[in-house]
Amino acid sequence: MKTISAFGKYIIFVTRVFSRPEKTKIYLQQTIREIDSLGINSIGIVIVISIFIGAVITLQTRYNLESSWIPLYLIGLTARDTILLEFSSTMVGLILAGKVGSNIASEIGHMRITEQIDALEMMGINSASYLILPKILATMVFNPVLTIISMVVGIFGGWMACIVTGALSSSDYIYGIQYWFIPFYITYALVKTVVYAFIITSVTAFHGYYVQGGALEVGRCSTRGVVYSSILILLADVILTQLMLA
Amino acid sequence: MIEVEHLYKSFAGVPVLEDISVTFERGKTNLIIGRSGSGKTVLMKCIVGLHEADQGAVIFDNRNFVGMNFTGRKELRKEIGMMFQGGALFDSLTVEENVIFPLSMFTQMPWDEKRERANVCLKRVNLDNVNKLFPGELSGGMKKRVAIARAIVQNPRYLFCDEPNSGLDPKTALVIDDLISEITHDYSITTVVNTHDMNSVMEIGQKVIFIHQGFKCWEGTREEILDSDNEHLNDFVFASNFAKKIKSLTSKDS
Repeated sequence: MKTISAFGKYIIFVTRVFSRPEKTKIYLQQTIREIDSLGINSIGIVIVISIFIGAVITLQTRYNLESSWIPLYLIGLTARDTILLEFSSTMVGLILAGKVGSNIASEIGHMRITEQIDALEMMGINSASYLILPKILATMVFNPVLTIISMVVGIFGGWMACIVTGALSSSDYIYGIQYWFIPFYITYALVKTVVYAFIITSVTAFHGYYVQGGALEVGRCSTRGVVYSSILILLADVILTQLMLA
Repeated sequence: MIEVEHLYKSFAGVPVLEDISVTFERGKTNLIIGRSGSGKTVLMKCIVGLHEADQGAVIFDNRNFVGMNFTGRKELRKEIGMMFQGGALFDSLTVEENVIFPLSMFTQMPWDEKRERANVCLKRVNLDNVNKLFPGELSGGMKKRVAIARAIVQNPRYLFCDEPNSGLDPKTALVIDDLISEITHDYSITTVVNTHDMNSVMEIGQKVIFIHQGFKCWEGTREEILDSDNEHLNDFVFASNFAKKIKSLTSKDS
């Protein structure tokens, strides 16, 4: 019963978020600010994680495929497909749920407990829309860019691992990452990224928006927002994979 | 003028406000007083629509806010300025941007005109050279003054102040009280102040209502408070031994 009630509250919240903006120009300016705050500021962590995970995926695959029957270029292919299909969208999505999601939940939660949201409402502004719509738009526009960066850097990380450790020749890896390439995998990853961006932003903002109490509750709502959005990301992963790849 | 008629509000079945009826007059500082937890903040939030009343009417110059649709409320709220207890200034905006914010959202004013208007309001609350500071860099009293400047920037017809003196020293509290009183008279607006500071009551309370455990217990002027024989009001007003002594002395004199 509580879950159904929370879901209903979430739907009403999302409807409010997507209602007509008061002043489109200001919302666009806000969206650009959010792209900087939530997107551009995340490039660093995405690059660092992607380069290392790309390297680890390549090395793990190399050390686990010891059969002389398997051509070595398949290591490059495996690393590429793992990065394109799952890592750059889902894993990066989960990392962003932690970084961006907790930021959103605590920011909105802080605004709630310090009555800044009430102040917006008192001015006749739809606070849900004003505060959250730009964040949703910013992440839905910029997270695909982060995913593409992650793909490129992850594959590059795998190549670096080959060069540094000598586990695989550069030519085998490069041949492997070009072998049997299916462009739809990129589309699939980007569609997932856009869905995850919506989940991360709306779920964590929802938790922040309805927080009651003080700093302790803001911390709790931030954790809850990240946990729920992570679970929903994994659920969406299963559903989208079945819908798009089956 | 704001008329509150038979207002009821409860949370999870627990009544917080019961049958409150009161008229807040234009051009006067109307004070809601009462002990912590008596329901005065809930009353103020019901009046401005931040809480939905269970029953009753809140009429702003012949417009019932309770039954109003979203668009109607939005329009009416543009006529309301509110100063929150902690100021509720937007952390990410400078003082000037905070004051300009309502103008940016609802007017087509050119930037220079908006800045000019913001500076007039900041000057009105005796703040100079703080335009570029962020709320985190201001003292409590300054934050409250910026909040007042933001509340009056759109020339509101109604001004609500929730505990304007909480956390301030007596001298600064007096400055804020005077400011609220001056603005009320200069702009001839309907001001409602929620407080439990007796200094404020005696300084600016032209009309005072006393809330006790969710009921309107007493209504009158600041002068009438001292002569009142309302037990709950006397308990609240003369809570300290010092105040009790003064009360007994004045009673003996009379």
